[in-house]
Amino acid sequence: MKKNIFYLSILLFFTFIFTIFYLGLDKPNFYKPKEVKNKNLEEFISTELFSNKQFNSKDIIENNNFTLINIWSSWCVPCRSEHGKLMNLSKKTDLNIVGLNYKDKKNNAIKFLDEMGNPFSKNLIDPNGIISISLGAYGVPESFLLNNKSRIIKKFIGPLTSDNISEIIKIIQ
Amino acid sequence: MILSHIGYYSLLLGFIISVILLFYSIFYFIKNSQKINQNIFSLLFLQFFTVVISFISLVYSFINSDFSNATVYNNSHSTKPIFYKITGTWGNHEGSLLLWLLVLTLFIFLFIIFSKKQPVKYRFLSIFFQQIIILGFFLFLLLTSNPFSFLFPIPNEGLGLNPILQDPALAIHPPILYLGYVGSSIIFSASLASLIQKNINKEWANHIKKWIQIAWFFLTIGILLGSIWAYYELGWGGFWFWDPVENVSLMPWLCLTALFHTVIVLEKRNLLKSWTIILSIATFTFSMIGTFLVRSGILNSVHTFANDPERGVFILIFLFSLIFLSIILFFIYQVNESRSEKSFFLISKETSILINNWFMMYFLSVILIGTTYPIFLEVITNEKISIGPPFFNKLIIPFLILFLIFMALGPNLKWIKDNYKNIKYSRIFLFFVCIFISFYIIKKTSSEILFISILGGAALYLIFITINEFLNKKNNFSQTISHFGFSLFVMSILLNSLFSSEFSANMKLGQELAYNKEQIKFLKIKSIDKENYKSIIANFEIKDEKKNIISLYPEIRIYNQPNILTSEADIKTTIFYDKFIVINLLKGEEIFNVRYQTKPFMIWIWISVCLVSIGGILSVLKKN
Repeated sequence: MKKNIFYLSILLFFTFIFTIFYLGLDKPNFYKPKEVKNKNLEEFISTELFSNKQFNSKDIIENNNFTLINIWSSWCVPCRSEHGKLMNLSKKTDLNIVGLNYKDKKNNAIKFLDEMGNPFSKNLIDPNGIISISLGAYGVPESFLLNNKSRIIKKFIGPLTSDNISEIIKIIQ
Repeated sequence: MILSHIGYYSLLLGFIISVILLFYSIFYFIKNSQKINQNIFSLLFLQFFTVVISFISLVYSFINSDFSNATVYNNSHSTKPIFYKITGTWGNHEGSLLLWLLVLTLFIFLFIIFSKKQPVKYRFLSIFFQQIIILGFFLFLLLTSNPFSFLFPIPNEGLGLNPILQDPALAIHPPILYLGYVGSSIIFSASLASLIQKNINKEWANHIKKWIQIAWFFLTIGILLGSIWAYYELGWGGFWFWDPVENVSLMPWLCLTALFHTVIVLEKRNLLKSWTIILSIATFTFSMIGTFLVRSGILNSVHTFANDPERGVFILIFLFSLIFLSIILFFIYQVNESRSEKSFFLISKETSILINNWFMMYFLSVILIGTTYPIFLEVITNEKISIGPPFFNKLIIPFLILFLIFMALGPNLKWIKDNYKNIKYSRIFLFFVCIFISFYIIKKTSSEILFISILGGAALYLIFITINEFLNKKNNFSQTISHFGFSLFVMSILLNSLFSSEFSANMKLGQELAYNKEQIKFLKIKSIDKENYKSIIANFEIKDEKKNIISLYPEIRIYNQPNILTSEADIKTTIFYDKFIVINLLKGEEIFNVRYQTKPFMIWIWISVCLVSIGGILSVLKKN
């Protein structure tokens, strides 16, 4: 009898650990590390693709309630699939979407936007990739959702999914 | 394209063979077959062969940059050097699991070949349990992480391999570590088989000992390689960070080390039977827990390069099925050790090995709690914490002192019964001499003298005792060299942490700064375009008080695919110290953050771990 209780308690113990690990799986905290989430976006100056004018990132961001910075490139394959979602987002909402054209040729970038549509209010260029690196981007595509104080609310690594889009819409409303 | 098909169907075939083998082995087991027939050998070989085929197809897809394969697309790039295209095969989740499977099937095949002297029923059962594990991994691979899934339309270019993984040490680190991890699977299967067959005895211990030593050797070397990589690639100048992923590799290592010693008691004295089985089960369980924690993304760590919670559910269920299976089997077939077998004489080699085991279990529980506690806390209270080095250092260092002393005394005791009168008083005297020496050294340099000087003394004591052993003709060479290596290891870490110094500043080109009697001058900078990255190489000159000049060339690499910045440290190694310098980009390409470190006895840490593992491999080669 005593032995059975012992066995049972060992089995219960492992069941408990199993449950905890199982529940823990629902809480992976990977794509929004704390330090990125509550940091301000680093200020940068860059040239606009079409108008060739210089802009300070702060001016663009802080005049709007929310801004989505999208790092993209015409040669990047996943950006192409993501682009339709950005187009939809720009039509549905009045979110300020800013493009950061990463390591691209000007002609290719313009061609890409002519073909696929232009969801961006401004399209800044980052010809050697230095700005993207200083923003802490891993690669293309990547998007940062910011509030009007340049604070990073959310960071999306890789192409935006439909879930991400609805999440963005929820946040800005 | 065609390669992906070959790889995939070859995997399916391997899976089917696994099911057949499962039934075959249990069928022959019940039939009381007198020998393992040729079919089983052929099937085991065929199974290994199918995994080899599918592994080669994956390697080929990587070499050819076949982006129709999703794994290749996600982890490779056409401009990557050929060497990293090949090693990229196991630098990702799918490929590394395929490597697991490769080693699993190889090990069971070798095991059956080299266990001809063992009872037939025991071998059938070993095949049975190993096939359960193999089956689980086949299912895992095919259902949740197929390395051969297609992409359509075919992308022009891949996403690239994480640049910090593009490194020669890390290229061979996973295969070696896996040999250790997976090697423990065969110990697991064999111990369950012998539990059911009730043949846990001296002969079995003698036969399983070699497998334990081989797995232990590879695990040690694997951990060492990972640590060396972290030292020069992550750019922090440390070699062990108590990071969750490092900890999970240390947990099976501690279990295996305990097992390594316990199995000797079983071999010599026919004692500690249940304990040997528990340790064998625990070792593999911890390897699996490691895989779970790393692959599922449940823990946040610098090392998690591939993770996916859905895969986590699969490993978790599989892992706990194995745990429950082994617990139930253990209860049903528990070993009745007779009373005389249980009793130990206090002063004997057995006792000292048992003490070793207690320490190992203590270290293991500290690491286990430190690693998994944040998960428990988050699930129960939603609070996020992270447990860092101070926790581990505080709980481990004091016990390390006693551990070292027992390590010096234990091996000299006799089996069965020793007399305390045989203990030489000169040794006790020597111990106090060692403490005194280290106290004297440390008093001059550090304020925290108490613990460190005793620890240093204990390590020094072990060094003296083991050197003394070398001079003794009847010594056990493999054991002595391992223990000597360990004492050297503790000693070098101690000196390293005591005398390390670090200097950090923002510097411009041409600037010169003074630090600790040394002059650091930022001389030159140049930028070179390489195959798949742009490299910025700086040149620093360190001039010490005797006007010796050392030139160091730290580097920043801006990789193109994926676009990541990495810092490559430049390290000048001598037998006394490492000079370590690493730079980081600040604004533009003008001001750099420079970190310059002097790390004494760094190379001795690596050498001592090599010595420890050489001891392990020597005992594999040793004749009985």
